[in-house]
Amino acid sequence: MGFLWTIVTLVVALGLTWRYLGSYMAAVFDGRVHFLGAVERPLYRALGTSPDREQTWRRYAISVVAFSGVSFALTYLLLRIQGSLPLNPQHLGAVGPALSFNTAASFLTNTNWQNYGGETTMSYFSQIGALTVQQFVSPAVGIVAAIALVRGFARKESATIGNFWVDLVRCLFYVLLPIAFLAGIVFVGQGAVQTLAGTVSIHDAMNGVTQTIARGPIGFMEAIKQLGTNGGGFLNANSATPYENPTALTNWLSIYLLLAIPFSLTYTFGKLVGSVRQGRALLAAMVLIFGVWVGFTSYSEHQGNPAVAAAGIVHQPTGNMVGKEVRFGDTSSALFAVASTQTSTGSADASYDSFTPMGGFGLLTGMMLGEVTPGGTGTGLYTMLIYAIVAVFIGGLMIGRTPEYLGKKIQAKEVKLAGLGSLVMPLVVLVLTAIAVSVHAGRIGPLNSGPHGFTEILYALTSQGNNNGSAFGGLSGNTPFYNVVGAIDMLIGRFGIMIPALALGGSLAAKNVVPESLGTFRTDNTMFVGLVIGVIVIIGGLTFFPAISLGPIVEQLGHGKFF
Amino acid sequence: MLTYLRRSVVMAAISLVVFGFLYALAGTGVAQLLFRHQADGSITANGSTLIGQSWTSPRWFHGRPDDTGPYAANPKKGIAGGDNPLLANGVAGESGATNLGPRSKVLLADTKALVTYRHRLGVDPTEDLVTTSGSGYDPDITPLDAVVQIPMVAKATGISQSALRHLVAAETHGAELGFLGSSYVDVLQLNEGLARLERAGH
Repeated sequence: MGFLWTIVTLVVALGLTWRYLGSYMAAVFDGRVHFLGAVERPLYRALGTSPDREQTWRRYAISVVAFSGVSFALTYLLLRIQGSLPLNPQHLGAVGPALSFNTAASFLTNTNWQNYGGETTMSYFSQIGALTVQQFVSPAVGIVAAIALVRGFARKESATIGNFWVDLVRCLFYVLLPIAFLAGIVFVGQGAVQTLAGTVSIHDAMNGVTQTIARGPIGFMEAIKQLGTNGGGFLNANSATPYENPTALTNWLSIYLLLAIPFSLTYTFGKLVGSVRQGRALLAAMVLIFGVWVGFTSYSEHQGNPAVAAAGIVHQPTGNMVGKEVRFGDTSSALFAVASTQTSTGSADASYDSFTPMGGFGLLTGMMLGEVTPGGTGTGLYTMLIYAIVAVFIGGLMIGRTPEYLGKKIQAKEVKLAGLGSLVMPLVVLVLTAIAVSVHAGRIGPLNSGPHGFTEILYALTSQGNNNGSAFGGLSGNTPFYNVVGAIDMLIGRFGIMIPALALGGSLAAKNVVPESLGTFRTDNTMFVGLVIGVIVIIGGLTFFPAISLGPIVEQLGHGKFF
Repeated sequence: MLTYLRRSVVMAAISLVVFGFLYALAGTGVAQLLFRHQADGSITANGSTLIGQSWTSPRWFHGRPDDTGPYAANPKKGIAGGDNPLLANGVAGESGATNLGPRSKVLLADTKALVTYRHRLGVDPTEDLVTTSGSGYDPDITPLDAVVQIPMVAKATGISQSALRHLVAAETHGAELGFLGSSYVDVLQLNEGLARLERAGH
């Protein structure tokens, strides 16, 4: 009963957010919001640009790459010289080169894959100056890239798709900063820690236990970690730790925050192209897939754990509690996990490695769909639009007409770019997984044996290739092999899709709009929603089916067998 | 090309100042002003109510088994995570789960050992009492997890079972707002209540 109300309240809250945050973001990127004008204007002067100086898609893309490159270098540098920087009460030394490389790539690409334990590796300076900064900036880059692509549909015969720097500043100051700050206050009020004082030592006279407890500026990092679909926590166990996610209320808030922007962007899209119905069609496809995954993953986690049953506890009324926290329970943990894996967030309020085989299957396949249901901030929308173009193309083939989407003719160039954008991820994930299981350095990674060990490797490379960042945590990822391979995976997964998306934006913006006629293939009705779902499931499902069969499916079918 | 680089450096510097330090420092200021107790870690006389501890004597209610040996945060690395993110009773660790898969022989053996351990203490265990949590130091148990331990605690302390049942009921936090998450008992608060009961001479 409680779980049903959790769902109902989330649907109501997200529905309102979709409508109002969606239209607010449309206004922000149209330049109709000015309440921070006094901050904005000096920033544009410092950057040497202004809102009326627009960029072609090439210049927009070069700006993205240049800014990402500089961010990468800065993050790497700060981690390498951590030992000589202030705000380091635990006197932690420099982070090693391979781990710094992986971490810089991870936070720059909004993946937040973590090959380190936060409380024992990162100083407060690194957590604030290197990591939290990227947790604001990397989702903003994703959002503005999506907006640039949407402008391609909204404009006609235009050479430009906006100004990257202006979009970035607006996204950061008008969207991310205010929401994150308010949410941060709620997190701390509920019990998340926010202090610059170091660890605290306490002795309990009742049981003779002496503890030294890690603290830090956690609560506000938590807010942007969820809102920006970043997922990288301050502490090793992420949102499972009470200092990051103290109550069931903060758990609900986390789920709400990480779904808020990705869903709302479909409204922003509809608003900017002049038809909210178009945005609603994409939303429907996202929600339907998301709902099915929530259903069967929660159901799977509500079943008991097979190993615990075999050890004599057959009756498990509270579901699979291995790696889960009592204050959240089985179904809410499963809901959090599905939301986190399908939004490219990757935060975890439970150990995903210890999910039941079908529960783990739900998380893994949720990422394999390409992070579009609803996907990460911005990245979800632009990848979804790429899938929509593929769907329109297939629809066009069926009825034998040149396909159109939102009045723009979809021609060879657009179909090629969409094909590239939708195939990059499966290709890089499967090739790297094949390499990892073929070499010794890859095979020594997993903690678990049997099919579950294979799933740990597949999960890691799927998660990084989709810029998700969640993990089957048993894998020892902090090795030179996994640090380097993972970083490559994350960078290709990010820019291999974002740059084709920007190119699509440029190509579409230059086209004229074809007037709608009776023969136009409609993209705002149930038929189209079904077609888009089909494309998502076929690209995700069929390309990964053989790999999935060797992992969670074998594990599920191997009744009574332990590895 | 230089223009792109210059803008990138300027933007990175602005971000470092505003979204790194201003954000974190303003946040810390507001947090310390409004919610000092929470922001400092919900620390009470005997520990943090949000961080689980190791309870081994039958005189106390036990939390979930996250403490030692095979139940450490990361057995592969040999780190005893147990009841503390950094250091507990001299053993170093970090937060984390066992990450054992649902069909792991190690998980099966660990769980069997825990079931035997609970039976030896005279407890007919629930699943929470023989499984480790996500953080490695779950501070809570369910009301049922507390109830099955009542015979053990009653025998060791001499407090009547009905008084203990009242204590558990009084220390039970309902689901938040009536529907979010599960109802739970904070083990530290429960044992503090137990100590008060003992001092009051039952």
